[in-house]
Amino acid sequence: MWEYTDKVLDHFRNPRNVGVIPDADGVGEVGSMACGDALKLTFKLGPDGRIVDAKFQTFGCASAIASSSALTEMIKGKTLEEAEKITNKDIAEYLGGLPEQKMHCSVMGREALEAAIANYRGGSSGKKMLQGKVVCKCFGVTEDEIERTVRENNLTTVEQVTHYTKAGGGCGRCKDDIQRILDRVREQLAAADRKPAQERPARRLTIVEKIRLIEETMDREIRPMLRKDGGDIELVDVQGDSVMVSFRGMCAKCQAAQFTMKDVVEAKLREFVSPAIVVTEVKP
Amino acid sequence: MRNVYLDNNATTQVAPEVVEAMLPFFHDRWGNPSSMHAFGGSVAGHVREAREKTAALIGADPSEIVFTSCGTESDNTAIHSAVQTAQHPIRIVTSRVEHPAVLAPCRRLRERGYAVIEIGVDSQGRLDIDALKREIAGGKCFVTIMWANNETGVIFPIREIAEAVKAAGGIIHTDAVQAVGKVPVDVRDTPVDMLSFSGHKLHAPKGIGVLYIRKGTPFTPLLLGGHQENNRRAGTENVPYIVGLGKACELAARDMQEGVSARMARLRDRLEEGLLRSCPDSRVNGDRRMRLPNTSNISFEYIEGEAILYHLSDVGIAASSGSACTSGSLEPSHVIRAMGVPFTAAHGSIRFSLSRYTTDDDIEYTLVQLPPIVRKLRALSPFVKE
Repeated sequence: MWEYTDKVLDHFRNPRNVGVIPDADGVGEVGSMACGDALKLTFKLGPDGRIVDAKFQTFGCASAIASSSALTEMIKGKTLEEAEKITNKDIAEYLGGLPEQKMHCSVMGREALEAAIANYRGGSSGKKMLQGKVVCKCFGVTEDEIERTVRENNLTTVEQVTHYTKAGGGCGRCKDDIQRILDRVREQLAAADRKPAQERPARRLTIVEKIRLIEETMDREIRPMLRKDGGDIELVDVQGDSVMVSFRGMCAKCQAAQFTMKDVVEAKLREFVSPAIVVTEVKP
Repeated sequence: MRNVYLDNNATTQVAPEVVEAMLPFFHDRWGNPSSMHAFGGSVAGHVREAREKTAALIGADPSEIVFTSCGTESDNTAIHSAVQTAQHPIRIVTSRVEHPAVLAPCRRLRERGYAVIEIGVDSQGRLDIDALKREIAGGKCFVTIMWANNETGVIFPIREIAEAVKAAGGIIHTDAVQAVGKVPVDVRDTPVDMLSFSGHKLHAPKGIGVLYIRKGTPFTPLLLGGHQENNRRAGTENVPYIVGLGKACELAARDMQEGVSARMARLRDRLEEGLLRSCPDSRVNGDRRMRLPNTSNISFEYIEGEAILYHLSDVGIAASSGSACTSGSLEPSHVIRAMGVPFTAAHGSIRFSLSRYTTDDDIEYTLVQLPPIVRKLRALSPFVKE
C-alpha cells in the first residue's frame, strides 16, 4: 500500500464538496478516463469577488480524490488572484505530503483550477487546452507544463518529471526530450542563482513582476526555513513597497513570529526584491 | 472487523499442517542433508520424501524435481538454460501476457540480439493459437507460455501447444505458478520439457519454488557453486521449506481428490454473478469457460481500481487491481492492455482470487460491502451521467 498521510486518507474517505455547481462561474476539466484520472472543478463567486462555493468530481485513485477535495477546501474564501497562486506543492503540503509517484494528482488539481479561472475570465471552454509543443504523446503533456512543473517543484530527474506530470510514463519514447528540457531549465535556474539581486536591472519592476519576485523569494528563501518549524507564510497583498503577509501553521501561534517577520521575511525581501520593502503581518 | 482474503493469486495463507510439518526442522533437525554424519544425513530422507510428494502432484518422477527459491528463479533458470544449451541462436516465442518473471528475461535477451516473438491475446484473454502455431512451425524455437494467467485466470491449451512444439523439435517451458494446485497439471499427458511453480501460491510459505525438468532435456544451471539438486541448482537445501512444500503438495493432491476446486468455482461464480447483478456497468475480463476455478477479474466502469481497493480494505476485504495506480506505473496492467479492454473499464479492474479457506460467509460479506463502494465512487466520477 502507499504511505498516505492521515489527511490524504481522511479526504479520500470523506471527500468534501463533491458534485457540480449548476450555475457555476468557472468550470475546469482536466484529464481523461484513458489517462487514468480526471477532475472537473466548478466554483461560484460571491458579491465580494471571493469564491463562496467550490465542488469537484474526480475519476481516479485515492490520492487523486484527496487532492481534489483538498483543492476545493483551499480555494473557498479566496479571491481569484489569491486562488491562482496555489501551486501543486501547496496542495500536496495541505495534505501533509503525497508519495512522489502520486505528485501528478496535485498537478492535476492545479491545472483544473487554472482551467476554471481561465473559463471564468476568458469564457474559454474550461477544458485544458494544450499549449506549446506536445512532448509526451501518451498522456498529452506539453513542454510548457513540464518546464513549469520542473521550476515550481525544483525537479532534477526524468523519473521525477514522470511522477509529477505523467510525461514519459507510457511508451517512454519522450524520455530523451524530457532530459533535454530538464537540462535547459536547470541551467537557467543555476544561472539565475549566480546572479545576485544587485545586478538585476535597475528599472522599476511592474507590480506583476514585483509580486512574482516576492513569491519566488518567499518560496526559495523563506518558506523552507519556516516549514522546518511546522509553519508557513502566505502573501496577502502588495501595495507599492508595502508587503502584507500572514503566517500559517506553527508560525501563526509563535511568540517569536515578530522577530521572524523583521529578521527573516523583511530582510530576505529587501535583499532579493527591493531595499525599500516594508513587511507587515495581517491576521488570517 | 471481519477479514476476507480474496487475493490468493498474490499469495496464500500457509496451511497450519504445513507450519506444523516445518517446525521440527527449525527446532531440532536443522542439519545439512549433505553432511557425512547422521545428524545432517538423516534430514536427507525428509527432503527425499518431500520431493516424492511434490513430483506426485504433477505426475513427475522425483528425479525431475529441482527445488528453487521461488517461481521467479524457476522461470529465469528455465529460460537461461534453454538459451545456453541451444546449438545455435534460438528464436524465443512467448506471450504478451506472461508474468514479468518470464517477460523481463525474454526482453533482456531481445536487447542482446535474440529474436523474441510475443504472441498476442484476444479480448477474452485467449492466446492467438494460430499465430503461435505458425511460429512453432517456422523452425526450431524455445517456447515459454504460461499455463494460466495470474490476472484473469484464463487457461491456455498447454497440452496442444506442447505437442506442436515437440512435433517441430523445439523446447517448451511453462510457467504453471497459478495452475498447480488449482487445476490438474500432469506432465505425463502434457509433453512440456520444463515447468515452474511456486510454494506460496499453494499454501506453503514464500521462499520455495520448483522447476520440473523432464529427463533428457538439455540443462545448464543458473546458480553455480554446489552439487545440490543433482548439480542443477547450487545452494544448501532449504530443508524446512522443502518439507513444507512437500506437505502443501500432499494437501493440494487431496484437495483435487475431494473436489475443492469445484467448490471454489461455485463460490467464485456466486460472487461474480452477484456483483454483475448488483453493480451495473461491470464486466468480466477473461474467457469464463476456460478459467481457473478460483479467479474472477471484474471491471467496474467509470471508477478507478486503487480507490475501490482502499475502500474494500477499510471493511477488511483484500483483493487486487490491474489499475495503473496500484502498480506504481501510469498505465493499466500489461495483461489488461494486451486484451484491449476499453479504457472506460481498464482502470477499474479488480481481481478476486479464492482459496480452499474461502467461505460462503466471505462471499456473502463481499456481496454486501462492495456495491455501496462502487456507488460511492461513481457518485464522485465525472463520467457517470445521472
